[in-house]
Amino acid sequence: MTLAHPRPYRQPRDTHPPLDYTGYKSTGLRAPTQRPILVPQRLTEVTGPLLVGAIGPNDHDLTRQHEGEPIGQRITVSGRVLDSDGRPVPDTLVEVWQANAAGRYAHKRDNWPAPLDPNFSGGGRVVTNSLGEYSFTTIKPGAYPWGNHHNAWRPAHIHFSLFGRAFTQRLVTQMYFPEDPLFAFDPIYRSAPEGARERMVSTFDMDTTRPEWALSYRWDIVLRGREQTPFEETHE
Amino acid sequence: MSEQLPLTPSQTVGPYLRLGLDWPKGADVVPPGTPGEIVISGTVYDGAGVPITDGLVETWQADPDGRFAHPDDPRGAVEPSVPGFLGFGRSCTDETGRWSIRTVLPGALPALDDDAEEAPHLDVSVFARGLLDRVVTRIYFAGQPGNDTDPLLAAVPAERRATLVAEKVGEAEYRFDIHLQGDRETVFLQV
Ligand SMILES: [Fe+2]
Repeated sequence: MTLAHPRPYRQPRDTHPPLDYTGYKSTGLRAPTQRPILVPQRLTEVTGPLLVGAIGPNDHDLTRQHEGEPIGQRITVSGRVLDSDGRPVPDTLVEVWQANAAGRYAHKRDNWPAPLDPNFSGGGRVVTNSLGEYSFTTIKPGAYPWGNHHNAWRPAHIHFSLFGRAFTQRLVTQMYFPEDPLFAFDPIYRSAPEGARERMVSTFDMDTTRPEWALSYRWDIVLRGREQTPFEETHE
Repeated sequence: MSEQLPLTPSQTVGPYLRLGLDWPKGADVVPPGTPGEIVISGTVYDGAGVPITDGLVETWQADPDGRFAHPDDPRGAVEPSVPGFLGFGRSCTDETGRWSIRTVLPGALPALDDDAEEAPHLDVSVFARGLLDRVVTRIYFAGQPGNDTDPLLAAVPAERRATLVAEKVGEAEYRFDIHLQGDRETVFLQV
């Protein structure tokens, strides 16, 4: 039996930051110096873990993981996971982590002088529905300082991790909030090509804001889609 | 070509990735006590040879029969022959830069078209503070006869191939260090 090469996922273009982006100092000793070797996508690359995994009852609501409620502006963050053909990615795990409202992470290595919140751990996980939709409730994270350069501050962000349906679709990124004045100064945000950066910025949405409860931010995430088949190409 | 939606850019996991990505049993690709289980472990190093203590290594592999429980396996998705086999492993690097997974040796993969059969391997993603995107590599296993004819290894310059091959260091233990830079820089792949 001869097996055909699987239909590959498209190579990203003008999207991802260069690994050796010098504005972000930690790249200096960590970005590989040799170019990656381009290899065909074979079976291991076009398959991937289809995890639903164990999702706890409060994994989607970061404001309900402790006895009391965390301090901060309650928000919902929701949107769709799509591939670049516009197809929804259903049943895929979305993992998030973030700082508390004061900009401090509940992590032993984060010890800048901002308060911890005993009611906030900052980790969550949800699975997209059949339409590729996800939604979670949290509090708006604060900005925080870091040692990259003098007076360096990260704009408020939520870290996102996505699997898609194939090893090639794996993505870890950060979601930002609209019109953050720190965008102009943040090398991590600016490491993405101009024109691609704003794809990481959520939008405030009045329609899905819940009265007397939570502001709503919407953010769609787009993963690599597949190359078209030769048959389809002849018809374009 | 049809209209494409623009992709979401990658960003670094940052130093606090454990808050979102640490799974209590993430390193168990197979449950403890699985017949034929092996441990693959190693250290992730930066360009100064310093262990990276805020990194994450993820692995993805076929089962011992060389099959994937996935609809895009052209032979059809099948339940893995090893009970509890997940195919996927995840290990945050510890205070000494070490990562480790418990798994079973994957099978060889069939030849595609005019390609050659693929020797047993794992696909690997490495994430860390300072990496603005994941880097991808593969783990092969020392002593596997198929390594000599594997089509991916053949595409790697001979003098760098050894960076993709885990060394057997015990009865059921393999070691695979990852060097992000330096004389022994691991071969990374663009897939
Ligand atoms: Fe962060």
